[in-house]
Amino acid sequence: MRDLSREEILLLLDTADSFRDVSRRDIKKVPTLRGKTVITLFYEPSTRTRVSFEIAAKRLSADTINISAGSSSAAKGETLKDTGKNLESMRPDVIVIRHSMPGAPHMLAGVLDSAIVNAGDGSHEHPTQALLDLFTMREKKETLDGLKVAIVGDIIHSRVARSNIFALKKFDTEVTCCAPPTMLPPRLEELGVKVSHRLEDAVAGKDVIMMLRIQKERGGASSIPSIREYSSLYCLQESHVKEAREKVIIMHPGPLNRGVEISSDVADGPYSVILNQVENGVAVRMAVLYLLSGGEG
Amino acid sequence: MERVLLDDKAIERSINRIVHEILEKNQGSKNLSLIGIRTRGIFLAKRIRDKIEEVEGRVLPFGILDITMYRDDIARMKASLEVKKTDIPFDVNNMTIVLVDDVLYTGRTTRAAIDAIMDLGRPKRIQLAVLIDRGSRELPIQPDYTGIRYSAVTEDEEVSVRLQEMDGQDAVLLSKSL
Repeated sequence: MRDLSREEILLLLDTADSFRDVSRRDIKKVPTLRGKTVITLFYEPSTRTRVSFEIAAKRLSADTINISAGSSSAAKGETLKDTGKNLESMRPDVIVIRHSMPGAPHMLAGVLDSAIVNAGDGSHEHPTQALLDLFTMREKKETLDGLKVAIVGDIIHSRVARSNIFALKKFDTEVTCCAPPTMLPPRLEELGVKVSHRLEDAVAGKDVIMMLRIQKERGGASSIPSIREYSSLYCLQESHVKEAREKVIIMHPGPLNRGVEISSDVADGPYSVILNQVENGVAVRMAVLYLLSGGEG
Repeated sequence: MERVLLDDKAIERSINRIVHEILEKNQGSKNLSLIGIRTRGIFLAKRIRDKIEEVEGRVLPFGILDITMYRDDIARMKASLEVKKTDIPFDVNNMTIVLVDDVLYTGRTTRAAIDAIMDLGRPKRIQLAVLIDRGSRELPIQPDYTGIRYSAVTEDEEVSVRLQEMDGQDAVLLSKSL
């Protein structure tokens, strides 16, 4: 998201808006990417993102092949570059990759001719998540400019937070990151965001509250004394929502840890747009696949 | 060099005639609906809708179609075309749909539009209305209603339609491309 311009982001969101209608019809398929092949290469667990990409590709009539680390040659010691080179010999048009190593998609893009989509690389970026988040914010709030957004949780390990910050700062938004000091990266303010350590302060007057889970697989739990203490201070409750703007929307990229960072009352409540985010994810990924497949490389 | 094939008066007369032909062929406006193909087809379809309202006293269901997702040349394009919204807010099943476009040329746009509509349901029939048929078809597609037929267009000539709603004037022009 760091390298995308405001105009490019808006083109992606507008394109996604058109593609979302396809998913709402009886016949959920258009012939746009007929004959194209999309490989999803997932080195980290995922349900939402992988299924979302696969559905997006299928609704555009592309053929999809899913590879997950456990069942691939990576388990036999093949390097990522070799895996990429071998897959490319089978002439895919797009490779969607999720990897625990930051920069893995960037590295692959440098050695392969196929279009590469980053579906999350370590704690670096998760661009399609940020795009679907912006899409959802724009859908609910009509415009991104002027929005006040709180991002709460394990910011330091969160690629979702990073991509959202990069994306939101291309617009006239106010972004506040909230977490215990150990979960905030140093010099975060240099990205143009405000920093808060108290949930009550962070959510006050906000249009959007985005909650993040603790990234246990990246050592997130070691940043805090205990999950219980964390949730007593940073779990979003109805009382917090009342402090925000009247028509606040509550977002979460999933998976939810109910009772840890978000209470069930809020997650299932009237302000929650968590399931809208999932629906919009398919549309955004259709737009990404379409725009990347256009042209001969 | 530009030549005017139809001026504003001629366009109005053509649309009036097309309206009456549509009503005659379909014996009124029952189960009739209009779909304009982006971009100028939308404005032509709106004009037809307004005229039919004057004659029949009812407003026909109206939709907008963007055919980009259904193009047959997407894989060959250098860059992706912008996909705009399709907005067909009525049930197409059992409808007689009049598809409206400005220029009929190869027929490939019409093919894409028919496929797009078929994915929304099963209309009773689809008819095609165009302001100008410039010939040189590449598919077996013919219009049901035509403003003007002008097939003497050579390869280095370009037919363009200008409409008040977006171009500030009404005209069908023939120009030599450089």
